[in-house]
Amino acid sequence: MATKDYIRERFFPHIWCPGCGHGIIMNALLHAIEQIGLKKNDIVMVSGIGCSSRISGYLDFHTLHTIHGRALAFATGVKISRPELTLLVPMGDGDALSIGGNHFIHACRRNIDMTAIVMNNRVYGMTGGQYSPLSGYGTYATTAPYMNIDQDFDVVQLATASGATFVARSTTYHVHEMTAILKAAILHKGFSVVEVMSQCPTYFGRKNKEGSASDMMEKFRARTVPLGSKKKQEDPTLIERGIFVDKQMPEYCEEYQKIIGRAMKDK
Amino acid sequence: MAKLKLKRHVINRDWCKGCGICVHFCPQHVLELDDQDKVFAARPQDCVCCKLCELRCPDLAIEVETEEEMIWADR
Amino acid sequence: MGRQVKFVQGNEACVEGALYAGLGFFAGYPITPSTEIAELLSARLPQNKGIFMQMEDEIASICAIIGASLTGRKSMTATSGPGFSLMQEALGFAAMAEIPCVIVDMQRGGPSTGLPTKLSQGDVNQARWGTHGDHAIVAMTASNHQDIFSVTVDAFNFAEMYRTPVILLFDEVLAHMRERLEIPSPGELPLVERLKTGVPEGVDYHPYLPREDGRLPMSDFGGVHRYNVTGLFHDMWGFPTEDPKIVYGLMRHLVDKIEHHVDDLTRYREYFAEDAETLLISYGSAARSALHVVMNRRQRGERLGLLELQTLWPFPAALVRQKAEKARYVVVVEMNMGQVLQSVKAAVERPDRVSLANQVDGTLITPTSILNILRIIQGRGV
Repeated sequence: MATKDYIRERFFPHIWCPGCGHGIIMNALLHAIEQIGLKKNDIVMVSGIGCSSRISGYLDFHTLHTIHGRALAFATGVKISRPELTLLVPMGDGDALSIGGNHFIHACRRNIDMTAIVMNNRVYGMTGGQYSPLSGYGTYATTAPYMNIDQDFDVVQLATASGATFVARSTTYHVHEMTAILKAAILHKGFSVVEVMSQCPTYFGRKNKEGSASDMMEKFRARTVPLGSKKKQEDPTLIERGIFVDKQMPEYCEEYQKIIGRAMKDK
Repeated sequence: MAKLKLKRHVINRDWCKGCGICVHFCPQHVLELDDQDKVFAARPQDCVCCKLCELRCPDLAIEVETEEEMIWADR
Repeated sequence: MGRQVKFVQGNEACVEGALYAGLGFFAGYPITPSTEIAELLSARLPQNKGIFMQMEDEIASICAIIGASLTGRKSMTATSGPGFSLMQEALGFAAMAEIPCVIVDMQRGGPSTGLPTKLSQGDVNQARWGTHGDHAIVAMTASNHQDIFSVTVDAFNFAEMYRTPVILLFDEVLAHMRERLEIPSPGELPLVERLKTGVPEGVDYHPYLPREDGRLPMSDFGGVHRYNVTGLFHDMWGFPTEDPKIVYGLMRHLVDKIEHHVDDLTRYREYFAEDAETLLISYGSAARSALHVVMNRRQRGERLGLLELQTLWPFPAALVRQKAEKARYVVVVEMNMGQVLQSVKAAVERPDRVSLANQVDGTLITPTSILNILRIIQGRGV
C-alpha cells in the first residue's frame, strides 16, 4: 500500500496553514504505518481538539474526534474493549499537557498499549496563538504580549516520571528519524509517548520572530542533538532527540485478562 | 546493486500551499516556486532521489516517482 | 433459572439491573453515595468477561465508557453531583455523536461538595440542561429497589433504541437503604440489543443517516466500516460540516428522536389519581413519603392521589396535564427548591393550582411534613 491509500483524499488540501509542521508529522506517521503494514480496519485514531486533532478526519481509519484534552480517556475505553486494535492518539501540546495533563500522566502510569503523539508547536494555534504549557519562559504569544513567565514542561521527563514504557522525541526536520521512532512506538507493547517538535509559522513563529517554516526547521536542526551527544555537555541548552525509554512492563489489557481469569475462578 | 533513478516529480498543485520547505531543503536545488507560489522541478536532471521533499511536505503534495536502475560495480 | 430474591442496597439493585441488561463495561471514580456501584461491579463484571476500570476522575470515566460503547459494549458510569458536574461536557459529546451509554447520578446535597452523605433531588434540571447547547436527554428515577432494577434495565434499552445517553437520577436514601429485590429470570424483561448495520464491507455505510423509523444502525469500531465520530456538527458520514441545512437537520433529529417518543419513554406509577381532589406528584425517595400520606388519608376517606414519575426527561407533560385535570389541588413533592414544579406548572391548564411541598435540609421529607403542608395549601390549617 502507498501512503496515499491511508488518507481521505476528498478532504484535501487540509486546513493546516502553509508550512505547518503537523502535516509533516502526518506524513511521517503514514510512512511508519505503511512500513509496519498495518491494515486500515485495525487502526483506531482518537484525537481531541485543536489544530493537531484535526488529523483524524484526514486519515482513513476508525476515527474518533473527541473533546479537548480527553482523547486518551476515550482511547482507553476503546483499547481495553478491543485490545487487538492499534490505538493512535495524536495530541497538541495544550490538548495533551494542559487540559489533558491528568489523563496524560495516568495513561503513562497505567501502561495501556497505545501510542500518544504529542505534536508540540508550543502554541494554541486553533484559537489564535495563545501560550501553551510548552511555550516556555521568555516566549511571546497573543496572551503574553509582554513576555511569557510560565515555565514549560519537558514532555520526555514528564512521561518518563509518569511511567510510560516508551518515550521518544524527534522533530519535523528529522523525518527519517521521526518515522523510525513512530514505527518503534507503534510496535512497542505498552504506553508510548512520542514528542515531535513541530513548527507553527503562523503564530509561534511570527510572535517570536522565528521566520519562515523552513527557518524554524533549521532551528530544530541546529538546536537539537541525538541522545548522548557530546555537544549536549558543552551546551546544555541543546535539546536531545531519540528514544529515551524503551522497557517492558505489565501491559494493562493483558493484566486485565488475568483479572478476568481470577474472577471467573472465584465465581 | 540497485540505484534509484528519477522518473518524474508528481506535484499536486491543488494541494501545494507554497510553503517552500521542499525548495529550501532540497540538497540539489532541484525545486523552485513558480509565480503562483506552487512548486515545480526546475532542474530535474540534478535530482538524486533522496525523497526528502516528499517526506517533508506537510501537504502530501509532492511525490518523487522512481525506478530501480541496475548498476554494476566495476572492481 | 428462577427468580432470585436478595436484600440489597439501592446501589446494588442498580448493579443487578445493569448486569441483567447486559452491561459489559463500567468506568468510574469513587464518590459518595454511589461508590458501592463501582465496588460491586469491580467484582461482578470480570466474572462474565466484562470490564471494570477505576479511572483518574469522572471526566475520564464518562469518556472511557463512550469509547467502549463504540466498540459495541453496553457501558455505564456512576457518580454523584460533583462528579456529574464534571461529566457534563462529555455527556454532550455522547448526545451529539449519538453513542449509547448510561450515567447514574446518586444525588446528594449540593451545590458544590454540599452534603455528601445526605440526600437531595437537586440535579433534576442539571440532568436536563447541564451540558451546553440545545439537545434532548432521557433521565429516569425510581422510589424503591424493585423499580430501580427495572428502570435501570429500561435505561439501557432506551440508550440502545434511541442511541442516546440516559441518566439515572437516584439519591442517597435509595442508594444506601436496604430492601427486598426480586431479580427477574433471564428473558422475563425484554432487552434491546445494539442495532447493527447490515451494510456489507466495501459498500458505502452512512453511520449518521437515520432509517425511516429514526434509528441509526451502528458499526462497531474495529469492524469493516471505517467512519468518523465527532462532537462537531456532522454529515451522514460523520464528517464535520457547517452547511446550515445539515446543521439544522441534525439539531432537529437530535431533539425529535427523543421528544417525539415521549409516550414510549414515559414510565410512571399512579395511586388513586383518577378521582383525586388533591393530586400529589412526586418521584424518587420523596415519593415514598408521598405514597405513605396517600395510603393513610385514603383509609380515612380523603380523596388524595399520587402520580409518581419515573421518567423525568423528556418531561411527560401530556400525562401530567391529563392526570391533573380534575384535581382541585396539585402538589409537587420533591427534595429541591421546585425543579419539577416548574415543569408541572408549564404542563397543566391551571398553574395557579399547583403548589410545592419540599424539603431541602438533607433529610427525607416525612409524611407528617407533607400532610402539614397540604393542610396549609388546602386552607385547613395545621
